[in-house]
Amino acid sequence: MAIFLTKDSKVIVQGMTGATGMKHTKLMLADGTNIVGGVNPRKAGTEVDFDGTSVPVFGSVAEAMEKTGADVTVVFVPPAFAKAAVVEAIDAEIPLAVVITEGIAVHDSAAFWAYAGSKGNKTRIIGPNCPGLITPGQSNAGIIPGDITKPGRIGLVSKSGTLTYQMMYELRDIGFSSAVGIGGDPVIGTTHIDALAAFEADPETELIVMIGEIGGDAEERAADFIKANVTKPVVGYVAGFTAPEGKTMGHAGAIVSGSSGTAQAKKEALEAAGVKVGKTPSETARLARAALGA
Amino acid sequence: MEKGRTRVDLFEYQARDLFAKHGVPVLAGEVIDTPEDARAATERLGGKSVVKAQVKVGGRGKAGGVKLAATPDEAVARATDILGMDIKGHTVHKVMIAETAPEILEEYYVSYLLDRTNRTFLAMASVAGGMDIEEVAATTPEKLAKVPVNAIEGVSIEKAREIVALAKFPAEVAEKVAEVMVTLWKTFVAEDALLVEVNPLAKVASGDVIALDGKVSLDANAEFRQPEHEALEDKDAANPLEAAAKAKGLNYVKLDGQVGIIGNGAGLVMSTLDVVAYAGENHGGVKPANFLDIGGGASAEVMANGLEIILGDPDVKSVFVNVFGGITACDEVAKGIVQALELLKSKGEDVSKPLVVRLDGNNAELGRKILSDANHPLVQRVDTMDGAADKAAELAAAK
Repeated sequence: MAIFLTKDSKVIVQGMTGATGMKHTKLMLADGTNIVGGVNPRKAGTEVDFDGTSVPVFGSVAEAMEKTGADVTVVFVPPAFAKAAVVEAIDAEIPLAVVITEGIAVHDSAAFWAYAGSKGNKTRIIGPNCPGLITPGQSNAGIIPGDITKPGRIGLVSKSGTLTYQMMYELRDIGFSSAVGIGGDPVIGTTHIDALAAFEADPETELIVMIGEIGGDAEERAADFIKANVTKPVVGYVAGFTAPEGKTMGHAGAIVSGSSGTAQAKKEALEAAGVKVGKTPSETARLARAALGA
Repeated sequence: MEKGRTRVDLFEYQARDLFAKHGVPVLAGEVIDTPEDARAATERLGGKSVVKAQVKVGGRGKAGGVKLAATPDEAVARATDILGMDIKGHTVHKVMIAETAPEILEEYYVSYLLDRTNRTFLAMASVAGGMDIEEVAATTPEKLAKVPVNAIEGVSIEKAREIVALAKFPAEVAEKVAEVMVTLWKTFVAEDALLVEVNPLAKVASGDVIALDGKVSLDANAEFRQPEHEALEDKDAANPLEAAAKAKGLNYVKLDGQVGIIGNGAGLVMSTLDVVAYAGENHGGVKPANFLDIGGGASAEVMANGLEIILGDPDVKSVFVNVFGGITACDEVAKGIVQALELLKSKGEDVSKPLVVRLDGNNAELGRKILSDANHPLVQRVDTMDGAADKAAELAAAK
């Protein structure tokens, strides 16, 4: 099973012909991803060779979908053009858009999120500023290294890229159903809650590892969701216990979220929902092993 | 600590300028940094002024950072008092010489900001302005209207009237406040702001409403289309090490400990700070000296730049390089460390602080071999994050 991405997913890459897009398309192909095309209006009709695999370039997401049946797009388009790329993907109603691009202005991500809503949320957005998602042994949509671990029974959702890798590495012998990096930007598409719901419904996932970070109240809301809806064991980690309070001007943000956003507050909220929370990645891995009896 | 440090907080005078640019009513004012300049500035305002400390912290009025001056001479005297003053740990380097406000009848609050939870923007408005809005929200939440604003639809005059009605503004100012809500929204969007806040928005004797004080935070990610914003960043206030790191494009934050930290990825670096702080509890309470994220695909040059900043921090007693090679290849990182140490030595820099290096992930074995072969006397390899943090803390405590 896995969540959001399987061996049957047909993947296109927006920004494939740029340096980052080229590098990661090659890596995704090596991990077995079924990449059926790239998108670049200026290079439409050409083909790009990746170690013997020829990938056609289309003029638009809609054209790529029509000709290939693509159902996933991975976006590597630079920040200044990312909003237009995501809007194009939403207009084409592709079911999943994975936005890797880092450094997108918040007014742009808020705009494409509002746009997706106005179009009935037919496109699931993951990211921006995320490493994407991987279903080991099946498909890889993004930049998560494919060789850290193998297929298995842990589902992972994380705000942070390198902490995703670290946690997959700590638990590499057990393996993962899917690992989803949702990104740490202020406005993101898929949330911890969305991934928790999907892992809860996925028969191959026996345990969920959830990685958070200081700031915002996503972890607190995830804790409420877990309490009400998740029956599988959940192990958590929150980075930033010892981070000093940043210089902030008003506290208007705290009024909105109703949370201090500290790691301690998040840990307490998660523990109140029955989640075992580690203070370090290695302790979190030990908690996961104990919960699985592994 | 904001991840990625993408938020640029402005001084009041900068906020005032942006408000004026987009049609939010403000009083005249100019910023100065030497007391004598207060005289001419006050003369330009007709002979009297308000001297306002420019610091990015609340409560400056109570701290004596805002004073009336009835004459140009008095303005110079007040500016002399206020410049250099310490307000809650912030030194005053600039003061604004502002037009004196007409008689204030009422004080309101209005703002726009990002609502992360709902992934939309939010308008906030209250007739109970002039005080700490957090207190209003806590004690009399019914006096603070919070209205979601769709990022695509924005704030039309009709939407603004809806906000004003929900906040129960008095009828005689409702339309004027609605107009401010529209121009403030223009400021928010046109400047790619994360926060625009007017507090107080004052109703004065003439019946007009005027923004008397405000806060603006800008989104540094939008600098590609906001070329004027770079000049608004506060270069004086930055720690010299932070300024040097920024000049080299490094994501660095100075902290007050002894163990220098370099890692890849903001989440892993934040986690490294935690692990080092815990390890420090067993080693005399040493703590992380900084946050430094070299990002993905770090080259030898980036590693050298990072090491140079950290080794240049006199508080640093040991350094912990913590890399999980995702896309970054550990052999490249290892080469970077070896080259960086040679480079720094050739530049005549003092290279005497011990480095503990942990490499895992992509090409970790190759990277470890490069470090072993180089056999640099200052570099120790420890192959787990916990073990390396403990070693780095131990070395820092021993110094």
